[in-house]
Amino acid sequence: MKLSEFVETTGFEVLCLPDASVMVEEGYTSDLLSDVVSNCPEDSVLITVQNHTNSIAVCTLVEAVAIVITHDREITKEMIELARQEEIALFRTPLSQFQATCVVASVLNGAIE
Amino acid sequence: MENVSHPTPPPPPPSEGASGDALSLTTAYEPLVLMELIQRLKVRDVMTHSVVSVERCIPLWEAQRLMKEKHISGIPVVEEGRLFGLVSMEDIICAIEGGYIAQPCGHYMTTKLVVLEDDMPLSFAIHYFDRFHFGRFPVLNRDRLLVGIVCQRDINRALLDELSKEFSRMEKSVARTTPPDIGPTTYMLREFPVAKYDFENAGKAANAIKTAMLERKFPPKMVRRVAVAAYELEINLVVHSDGGMLTWQIGNGRSEVVAQDKGPGIEDVAWACRDGTSTANEWIRSLGFGAGLGLVNVKRVSDSFEITSKVGVGTTVRSIVNIGAPLEEQE
Repeated sequence: MKLSEFVETTGFEVLCLPDASVMVEEGYTSDLLSDVVSNCPEDSVLITVQNHTNSIAVCTLVEAVAIVITHDREITKEMIELARQEEIALFRTPLSQFQATCVVASVLNGAIE
Repeated sequence: MENVSHPTPPPPPPSEGASGDALSLTTAYEPLVLMELIQRLKVRDVMTHSVVSVERCIPLWEAQRLMKEKHISGIPVVEEGRLFGLVSMEDIICAIEGGYIAQPCGHYMTTKLVVLEDDMPLSFAIHYFDRFHFGRFPVLNRDRLLVGIVCQRDINRALLDELSKEFSRMEKSVARTTPPDIGPTTYMLREFPVAKYDFENAGKAANAIKTAMLERKFPPKMVRRVAVAAYELEINLVVHSDGGMLTWQIGNGRSEVVAQDKGPGIEDVAWACRDGTSTANEWIRSLGFGAGLGLVNVKRVSDSFEITSKVGVGTTVRSIVNIGAPLEEQE
């Protein structure tokens, strides 16, 4: 699914979307960055509460394409700027990680079917 | 000293925003060597120590004469080492226009000052120049005495000096460690200084290693294993060490990442390598680190893993991944 379609379907707030034509294939939910580094698949969207630049660094490393910050947590200009630099999409939602994961799962599964 | 505000000074008046060429480091995208330098160097290492100053009773025209003679754009007003204010070029222009150039400096000096302390890291000074757009900052010591003044030229000069030393050290290091029998095998060596609690740059070394390997067309799965090991070791240096060096080299079909720190050392290495054990405190955990997965991850992706540690001395962790030759060499 293209990120443009992902945004439209999920309704997540867009903070940074460097390339809307990038494909998102899977999702991964975790707040432990070592867990993300080890297990997050490529071309994923990462769902996390970690609203800081290290989440971007981790996504760059594992080649995840997007991050969803949950609970409407505050996001700094530095994080948005780094996301733009690293070409990673950055979204935000008032949902919890569980709720956001359910939304992403239904959206991505729908795309697969 | 009531007139000297620190560390949360008032915003500068609009007329002070003259320096459009402020030295600005965004810190998120600068080379690690530079970031390490601006953390390690103190304001006292770059400031001008011999400060030209005047007393409050000195007329403004005398300050003007000194500024012209010494080629400076601002003079601190000081008595017995205590800073009372600063006469800037702008104050002089106002005095000439207003016809009070013969009046004492004490009456017309700028008193709302932003000052630096001599043991602050250089990064503070750079941020202050970026934030306040003043041409110079007086520097005080712990006893609140004026010990120097720092302008952007001082910073540029000190950084150039230190960077040239650093480059010559790195060149010597590469020359020393490059094996003579490289042959057709790809060989690379990179060193990344890592500072304690530098979360802002954490992960940059691992990403640089990953990019270098992908550019050399190593198989992506191998690259990810090396990147995971490098990331975890880099984070360990940031979270647990007093600072250290992450060294990465490839040669003879192997990638070797070594994290060497200057302390504090690990009391029980076997315990530290166990899944889920960590000495990280709450705030580090709240950032998503310190879950006790790091060394376990490094072991998992490594073909060979070694750790040695001595309390009070430091820790060295070595991760080797057999990566074979780059894809293009295999073809």
